[in-house]
Amino acid sequence: MSPQVNAESLKRISPSATSPELIRNFCIIAHIDHGKSTLADRMLQITGAVKQRDMRAQYLDRMDIERERGITIKSQAVRMPWETDGTPYALNMIDTPGHVDFSYEVSRSLAACEGALLLVDSAQGIEAQTLANLYLAMENDLTIIPVLNKIDLPAAQPDKYAEELANLIGCEPEDCLLVSGKTGEGVEAVLDRITTDIPAPVGDADAPARAMIFDSVYDTYRGVVTYVRLVDGALKPREKIEMMSTRSTHELLEIGVSSPEPNATKGLGVGEVGYLITGVKDVRLSKVGDTVTLLSSPAEEALEGYEEPKPMVFSGLFPIDGSDYPALRDALDKLKLNDASLVYEPETSTALGFGFRCGFLGLLHLEVLRDRLEREFDLDLISTAPSVIYEVTMEDREEMTVTNPSEYPTGKIKEVREPMVQATILTPSDFIGAVMELCQDRRGKLQGMDYLSSDRVEIRYRLPLAEIVFDFFDQLKSRTKGYASLDYSDDGEDAADLVKVDILLHGDQVDAFSAIVHRDKAYSYGVAMAGKLRKLIPRQQFEVPIQAAIGSRIIARETIRAMRKDVLSKCYGGDISRKRKLLEKQKEGKKRMKMVGTVEVPQEAFIAALSSDEPETKKDAKK
Amino acid sequence: MPAHPTGEVPPLDGSLPASAGVGAADRGLSLYVHVPYCRVRCGYCDFNTYTAEDLGPGASRDDYRANLSRELDLSVRTLAEVGAGDREVSTIFFGGGTPTMLDASVLAGVLTDIRARYRLAADVEVTTEANPDTLDPAYIATLAGAGFTRISLGMQSAVPHVLATLDRTHDPEKIPDVARWVKDAGLELSLDLIYGTPGESIDDWRRSLDVALANEVDHISAYSLIVEPGTKMGAMVRRGQLPMPDEDDLADKYEIADAAMTAAGLRWYEVSNWSTSAATRCEHNMAYWRNADWWGFGPGAHSHIGGVRFWNAKHPKAWSDRLLAGDSPGIGREVLSAQTREIERIMLAARIDSELRLDTLGPGSELAIRNFVNQGLLDAEAVAQGWFQPTLQGRLMADYMVRILTDYLV
Repeated sequence: MSPQVNAESLKRISPSATSPELIRNFCIIAHIDHGKSTLADRMLQITGAVKQRDMRAQYLDRMDIERERGITIKSQAVRMPWETDGTPYALNMIDTPGHVDFSYEVSRSLAACEGALLLVDSAQGIEAQTLANLYLAMENDLTIIPVLNKIDLPAAQPDKYAEELANLIGCEPEDCLLVSGKTGEGVEAVLDRITTDIPAPVGDADAPARAMIFDSVYDTYRGVVTYVRLVDGALKPREKIEMMSTRSTHELLEIGVSSPEPNATKGLGVGEVGYLITGVKDVRLSKVGDTVTLLSSPAEEALEGYEEPKPMVFSGLFPIDGSDYPALRDALDKLKLNDASLVYEPETSTALGFGFRCGFLGLLHLEVLRDRLEREFDLDLISTAPSVIYEVTMEDREEMTVTNPSEYPTGKIKEVREPMVQATILTPSDFIGAVMELCQDRRGKLQGMDYLSSDRVEIRYRLPLAEIVFDFFDQLKSRTKGYASLDYSDDGEDAADLVKVDILLHGDQVDAFSAIVHRDKAYSYGVAMAGKLRKLIPRQQFEVPIQAAIGSRIIARETIRAMRKDVLSKCYGGDISRKRKLLEKQKEGKKRMKMVGTVEVPQEAFIAALSSDEPETKKDAKK
Repeated sequence: MPAHPTGEVPPLDGSLPASAGVGAADRGLSLYVHVPYCRVRCGYCDFNTYTAEDLGPGASRDDYRANLSRELDLSVRTLAEVGAGDREVSTIFFGGGTPTMLDASVLAGVLTDIRARYRLAADVEVTTEANPDTLDPAYIATLAGAGFTRISLGMQSAVPHVLATLDRTHDPEKIPDVARWVKDAGLELSLDLIYGTPGESIDDWRRSLDVALANEVDHISAYSLIVEPGTKMGAMVRRGQLPMPDEDDLADKYEIADAAMTAAGLRWYEVSNWSTSAATRCEHNMAYWRNADWWGFGPGAHSHIGGVRFWNAKHPKAWSDRLLAGDSPGIGREVLSAQTREIERIMLAARIDSELRLDTLGPGSELAIRNFVNQGLLDAEAVAQGWFQPTLQGRLMADYMVRILTDYLV
């Protein structure tokens, strides 16, 4: 075992006074469940960064939801001491989000590092998102250290997957490190390899300060905590800093490193990773990818790679109890502080009342946000079917952007364009047929297929994003017994034959159920939705037709027959009180009904119709 | 069995608020006697009934009459206190349970006990419910001799498999005999029918109606089966062992029943009740529906006196213990507000043929009434003359109309 770093050596690696040659910045690229957090915990323990007694499982995943789902949403950075061959090093481990929705944040985390551990479960092999992030890391010229985890598992096949990794990154299978995050076996060797293989950061200590923001977290007590990687120059407490994209200026109230508890320092020097606190309350003032410089001697050029967060998926969120609307607004305002990519604006639906149209990076982002609203703010919500951004050109050349079916124009449309994605699916070769069938059904175009090993295939498709935000992931999981994994990235937009399908209840349109779908799918959407509503809406005093329509053309119809009997036949003396109370209860229930024209629709019918069956399977698939 | 409504705890002596006596002289007084015994508990039944012979000291069947007398005394005292006594009793009804589980002499004796304390009207209607199994000519003769005027026979169905699903043990073949004995004894006869039992076909129901009507009865009550939670049948439906009655099937059967009764010369006067004439209506039930005063005696019985509803302890032992201690057996009550009484008035009167005057409904109700006529739920001619008279379709939608009408209270 490498010795713990002694006091003398520790001085050489104290924050703001560490020579860049002694710094190693790295991240871990891994799929959900492949053991990243467990390995990170083990490193904290072995390097002594966290005392044994303070250790708790998955130390770095802060939010409850993250810990419960075993996934990392927000990244953080931890500084750990390590000594190899008598030289002390400061290791900065930058945690990366593991999900496709957060690929921009991943790219910024990678940009803050010189190397990456490619961590793969030795019982499962590499997954699509890991592959995508690996390619991203290789594009960023990061040194890749392949690590196979969970070698303690009986089902582990390290030889097989070492071969796979070697093929992917162009190394020898023997170069793969074998570890068990659970038992700690092999973890020291990983730490040693980080110091020997990963290059030291390079920067100009005398140049104007430039620090790249790779994460920004809102803390109730301290305001926004901004995590940065210092590229050039130095930052010290009390200095005035400037955010180069917004030109906003702040005073550095505190500067420090996480080890892993926040630890204020005298500053940060070239190559170092740490946090800044300026007292601002909104993460929008400190955006991931932005460059921090000093107001007194600002840098000329910002670091490359900054992008504004761009919502891809939109959904309406409505409180089930209309009186919760102000509470929902407050909750969104609070969550916004910690989520620069969340956008929302008020929306009114005739069916669902007052709510918000929200934009998200992707489906997981939507789900996580919804979960937090329900859990942390105790709100009961209905969300409408997710929609993407459509660009519509009218016959008269007018251009429109549509993110909500209700905004879909009624006039003569020349062309509709929808966002496309490049999807990469990794699957055992047994399921190639099933995956291709799903992708074809979702209007995908095959781009290519490669065998990663004898029985695992990477399939690439170009697909409309709209087809993915509907239940694609669930379908993929269920058709491949959970083995396939998916990653996708933007790939421009394509014109498509899209139509808006409306659902009419007794002739009145129900806005919450309108959808923009491909013409070929319009009929099946209409039939399915009308059929579902027929079962969910109670019988009324009159016959209620449920119709699906494209414009004025009816494409599907169901009928709710009129109610014939609404009377309790028995009414003895002792029944009268009960009967009156039942009457009062029924009247109370009627007040909670939403009126669509003359039709009374219970709130539950909207919820059931909008939720369909997929959320359940989705949760299962992620476990 | 259904839970009692929630209400306040009444005083231990059962005394009523003074408001209960206001206007008593203008209201009729009826008495209900609950006999909580059955030989078998039927799977659908949620009434307060017990099959054991002995339900604890002081609560056996032999003690029943004595305990009832104690409650009779209490009722006389309580009514007198608020000035609601000293009225002729217009109807008495023995229900259950199975009142005829008791010996005919006990029922006759209870009636004697009542006469000793209450003045009965000359044309008093005295009904008992009866299970066909429990009756024979001698039993009926004893009742007739004691002053009973009417028997309501729990026939339910003429079809064996339907009776079996209902857990009814009587032989349907026996109905015509029992009916003849009742009529021969000079008593009015009503038959109780149930439709919508799981497994009952349309033809089964027609057959039950034919058998019932062949007896030239004066009165028929036909109730759709209500699957109550907490019953054996409720549990079987919940577990999927029996299908839940289908509302359309119930509506069909109601319409079939009304057609068959009409053809046999009976006319509806309440949603679930038909009679040969106004004279053969069940006046006791009419008293309930007109919010008259009535005192319910026996375990779990409900009473209504001048806008105060109260109810007794359910278990015979709890009921008798309280009486033996000199206390009132009442364990809960509700003092109705003027608005609640009005809601009840509309709720009950809307179920009766031409009972509700349209000019007693609140302002703005005219539009609702016009809509009901347009929807075919109310008879246009009756409405023109100021009466609320539901059509056949309207009777099936009575609760719907009541929910709307009670939005317009005066």
